[in-house]
Amino acid sequence: MAKQNDIKYLSTARVDNRPKKYCRFKKLGIKYVDYKDAEFLKKFLNEQGKMLPRRITGNSLKFQRKVATAVKKARQMALLPYVTDLMK
Amino acid sequence: MATETTETKLQSYELMVIFTPVLAEEEYKTAQQKFTDLITKNGGAIVHSDAMGLRSLAYPIDKKTTGLYWLVEYQAAGNVNAILEVQMGRDESIMRQMITRLDKYAVEFNERRRKGIKLVHTPKNVVETEEEEA
Repeated sequence: MAKQNDIKYLSTARVDNRPKKYCRFKKLGIKYVDYKDAEFLKKFLNEQGKMLPRRITGNSLKFQRKVATAVKKARQMALLPYVTDLMK
Repeated sequence: MATETTETKLQSYELMVIFTPVLAEEEYKTAQQKFTDLITKNGGAIVHSDAMGLRSLAYPIDKKTTGLYWLVEYQAAGNVNAILEVQMGRDESIMRQMITRLDKYAVEFNERRRKGIKLVHTPKNVVETEEEEA
């Protein structure tokens, strides 16, 4: 018993055990990313209105591409700003 | 032969137009009618037309901060879009327009959206987790 406790302190403690990222489109079965829904697309933007990387959102490449085109379309139609501050 | 294939294969499109906010209610309606007629005259069919009305723009266009949005979903042959774009480009009341080609998922999505169902969830994973980015 004591031995096991000792081993625990010898190895470095895992500080962050965060849940695994996943692609929300695949998980929820969303097949089409709508450019008209600006509120939804805002989830993939940062405060300056820039797109967040896949590294952070966890999107699969297929859907990251679709999100990118949707965001660009929304920007053209003035549903989303190209540049801004404090969007959220 | 070529004409036959274009007639049988109608593609779904979606057109979003931003009119200038200075238009009166009647002018707004006549402008919409003008382009719906243009689509139907060229062998297209209107699936749904939605006058979204006055909305604020995310950034100013032509020194205007609001715009009259109009959204129309239609089925037409591919050559109709070129005709439409020319006519829209000539129209002074249009600030911006965009035609999007819709795939089958998009058509499905739009139908569902009109009925008021927000999102579809596949039965296997109905886990609503709003993972917010840091």
